[in-house]
Amino acid sequence: MTVKYTKDHEWIRVEGDTATVGVSDYAQHQLGDVVFVELPDVGRTLAQGKEAAVVESVKAASEVFAPASGEVTEVNADLEGEPAKVNSGAETDGWFFRMRLSNPAELDGLMDAAAYKDYVEGLQ
Amino acid sequence: MTQSPGTDSPESLKKTPLHALHVELGGKMVPFAGYDMPVQYPAGILKEHQHTRARAGLFDVSHMGQVRLTGDDAAAALETLVPGDIKGLGERRMRYTLFLNETGGILDDLMVTNAGDHLFLVVNAARKEHDVAHLTERLKGRAEVELLDDLALMALQGPDAAGVLARFVPEAADMKFMSYLPATFNGVPVVLTRSGYTGEDGYEISCDKADAEAIARALLAEPEVEPVGLGARDSLRLEAGLCLYGHDIDETTTPVEAALEWALPKRRRAEGGFPGADIVLGQLQNGAQRRRVGIRPDGRQPAREHTEIVDEAGNRLGEITSGGFGPTANGPVAMGYVDIGRAAVDTPLTLMVRGKPLAARVAAMPFVPQRYYRG
Repeated sequence: MTVKYTKDHEWIRVEGDTATVGVSDYAQHQLGDVVFVELPDVGRTLAQGKEAAVVESVKAASEVFAPASGEVTEVNADLEGEPAKVNSGAETDGWFFRMRLSNPAELDGLMDAAAYKDYVEGLQ
Repeated sequence: MTQSPGTDSPESLKKTPLHALHVELGGKMVPFAGYDMPVQYPAGILKEHQHTRARAGLFDVSHMGQVRLTGDDAAAALETLVPGDIKGLGERRMRYTLFLNETGGILDDLMVTNAGDHLFLVVNAARKEHDVAHLTERLKGRAEVELLDDLALMALQGPDAAGVLARFVPEAADMKFMSYLPATFNGVPVVLTRSGYTGEDGYEISCDKADAEAIARALLAEPEVEPVGLGARDSLRLEAGLCLYGHDIDETTTPVEAALEWALPKRRRAEGGFPGADIVLGQLQNGAQRRRVGIRPDGRQPAREHTEIVDEAGNRLGEITSGGFGPTANGPVAMGYVDIGRAAVDTPLTLMVRGKPLAARVAAMPFVPQRYYRG
């Protein structure tokens, strides 16, 4: 089970041929209190780097980009009633959606946890 | 995830007298009206908002413009720029009014206080240079205009504000809503008004900038008081149905369109003598073409500024001018302008959010009950 991170602060956890996607703990901290999440429809085709979801904080809306290409297979229904899970469990139960990857090699270009940690430190 | 912009270097931004305190308290600093201001503290916008309505929040609003107008004729002179009743404003009373332009559009909204030997104005931070120049030019020879930039301004708002402030200034408890009182706080001169921008009971405290931090620390040391940033200031005022200049009101909106007719008293309507009077009085007579209304999206998704409002057929009815999530209202709230025929409460509207239609309806404002002190 590997977790990779994008420069835009999404994470993707691959288990076999399914991947789970969310935003990082750094991202939720930057966003502030999340009040609404717009998730993609199941079955939607996603392209790496293109918009996949929208997360709304009290102050503003932010786009969430697909870390890799593929098809949405499941969305986190809990986020509808409890969007604050994105804050309390950004990298655990605040996941956004699951997808089947169409090109797993795309993950090679993403950062592992250590590299992402360095990247975030460089931003502060 | 998209990143919020943050390109102003902190060094090029102005600082209020409480800047160091904000940083010490862990404030997330952002540029606002040329100042480096706290948008929130570690508690976050939601908690800060809820705390203000439950107990008491302390806000730094020193970036706003505090202006003194002096002259025997100052009230009459100011009436040439605003549609409010300034001549009839009793001593130590204050009211909300608007600078208007020749087409009846709003140049700024402000509070005016009769401080006895002068008029005391509080204007928006983003407009203070404009307003001082406007006053200076238009009142030349009739009144002296002074921007009091050696002062700080704080707001203490919430149901516990009166109890807290009375520990330092006992007379504050008896102040009527929209009144003014010079006083002493821990031995230091302050000027209090019982007013605010949240819909709650509360005060604004003006003091010398050298005294601001000590006063703020004293208030924050009280168990009921937490610091509150500009993010919650915005969600609080939005729930209270209060306008934000540059968003809900601007030079293209008249007081009638903006549903601010209550700021136009009978005498001024009869006499005129303010900029744009013909247009404004014409709209009072015949109605305006559009109106600022409250809007409640169905569901949980917020609809924000510039969201287009359309009818069932997709025809444009107007636009949202302020929108977000209301923590006390427990849902999305917004205000915007709609065609006059669609302005009645409960009229269904469609909001185009990211290209998708979202159902909404016109809603009465304020979205949460006002709890001003009524004596």
